[in-house]
Amino acid sequence: MANVTNARPAPLGRAPSRSARQAKTIRSIAAHTALVALSLVFLVPFLWLLSTSLKPDTQILVFPPVWIPQPITIQQYVLGLSYIPFLTYLKNTAIYCGLSVVGCVISSSLVAYSLARIRWSGRELLFAVIIATLMVPAQVTLIPLFLVFKNLGWIGSLKPLVVPYFFLQPFSIFLLRQFFLTIPHELSEAARVDGANEFRIYWSVIMPLARPVLATVGLFTFLGTWNDYLGPLIYLNDPSQYTLSLGLAQFQGEHNVLWGPLMAVSVVMIVPVLIAFFFTQRTFIQGITMTGIKG
Amino acid sequence: MAKSAELVTTPLQTTRQRRSRQERQNLRNGLLFAAPAIIGFLLFVAYPIAASVYYSFTSYSILQPGHWVGLENYRELLTEDPIFYTALFNTFYMAVVTIPLSIVLAMGLAMLLNLKVRGQSVYRTIFYLPTIVPFVASSLLWLWIFNPQYGLINTLLWYVGIQGPGWLGDPAWSKPALVIMLLWGVGNWMIIYLAGLQDVPQELYEAAEIDGARWWAKTRHLTLPFMSPYILYSLILQLIGIFQYFTQPQVMTQGGPVDSTRVYALYLYDMAFRFFRMGYASAMAWLLFMLVVVLTVIIFKSSARRVYYAGQ
Repeated sequence: MANVTNARPAPLGRAPSRSARQAKTIRSIAAHTALVALSLVFLVPFLWLLSTSLKPDTQILVFPPVWIPQPITIQQYVLGLSYIPFLTYLKNTAIYCGLSVVGCVISSSLVAYSLARIRWSGRELLFAVIIATLMVPAQVTLIPLFLVFKNLGWIGSLKPLVVPYFFLQPFSIFLLRQFFLTIPHELSEAARVDGANEFRIYWSVIMPLARPVLATVGLFTFLGTWNDYLGPLIYLNDPSQYTLSLGLAQFQGEHNVLWGPLMAVSVVMIVPVLIAFFFTQRTFIQGITMTGIKG
Repeated sequence: MAKSAELVTTPLQTTRQRRSRQERQNLRNGLLFAAPAIIGFLLFVAYPIAASVYYSFTSYSILQPGHWVGLENYRELLTEDPIFYTALFNTFYMAVVTIPLSIVLAMGLAMLLNLKVRGQSVYRTIFYLPTIVPFVASSLLWLWIFNPQYGLINTLLWYVGIQGPGWLGDPAWSKPALVIMLLWGVGNWMIIYLAGLQDVPQELYEAAEIDGARWWAKTRHLTLPFMSPYILYSLILQLIGIFQYFTQPQVMTQGGPVDSTRVYALYLYDMAFRFFRMGYASAMAWLLFMLVVVLTVIIFKSSARRVYYAGQ
């Protein structure tokens, strides 16, 4: 934008030429300096994590610390992954994440379709109610839900964690509704003239168009479940059912000082999320922006 | 599709009849598609809320069905439970210190990125990265970073000649440590602010420059008014979030040392799932809910004149 300013007739007789360009260069250097410094601050914890996870035992509890492991070793990973039943935890987490993503995408898209594409009295009210539920702290519903699931005999299984995803997910419904509203109504009408019923329009017209937003919703659900700690903590009671979050936290309680294996397993837990993020960065950022006031 | 068959066989429809039939069909479809949300709302929101109100007036524990105790839980909480006030104080501390700092930091980062320097997307990714790290993993990482003897922070302090504190082991420093860790995760708000900054009309900046406005004047009179809805939104959501702040203190300190990190949600969890005082914990949940609602209303009311909505 600075170029546009420079192209204008110079105000107050100030020449836009050299001094302005110099000021711009100085500003740009200052901005870069600040950004690089801040980036370092944000990145250092990651580097510390990685460095610890790649050190031999003898270099972890030393002061001053060894910054670059000498030699680099995967010993902590071997140790960490064998201390905990890693594959069991991974499998449980994958089931939790996978089913939740499927449930959330199906249920939220159906509801969002109703809210955005079908004209029925009461849909504004329902939308308001759905948004209002976002305000209710999880703690309020936590105890009654626990008791319901307990009476159903679901404690100690993934059911209490997964089943709610097949019903009401306000945040995902909101995202999808906002997107569905932008699809021209002519598309639905054309399909209707061709004899398509409502479900067919939803499935063959709207859903294919919504793929990027569905991906965003799926991604957020994946992150939310991969990350979830409180849910598994409350509902799972047998180590054979633990998810990674829960297993890793337990591990810390039991082996307080094994920093090497602990950091190694943390790295293993972060990597899938980082991969998911890097492959979908654009969708991701759009999703976050949409949940701002823009929608 | 029995309905549509009916539709065809009905002769002599008036437009009005057809419309009402269409309306009825829409209503049916609308409810059908929205069924997951409606059922989910009744099952997973409305019923638990109602049940939670009820439990809060009982001595419900997981071991024995409760009996009605009226306001006893609330009375005990407010008059006989010093830890309740400690937990409340800790949560307020976290809110009052973390939220303003995180708004300033996120806004600062967003404004820096908005200068449209080269490599903007790389910087943006770096600042955003911490927010996608699972809480348990980041909690363990920061536990190690805050290790008084061998941790990263005290090492860096030692390089500049400062003897670092005991952080999570020291009641005076445990909450600041948690604040620092939360500030590491401001990336979400930065992204939302950045989107807001990109919506501020550029002509206004140019006009202000022509009038000779300097950086601070532009920020104060242009950027901040335009950003005020975003700040309000983030303020309220962060408030709701911090009252539910749980995972990090639970994993890192379990509320210690000497209750200095026993935040509200953590105390509630302990009451419900360690001491099985479900009724008592429900009362805590309701006090929390009411507190959040009251604070939100206060913020909305007191900000009404200060928030600028473009296009209004």
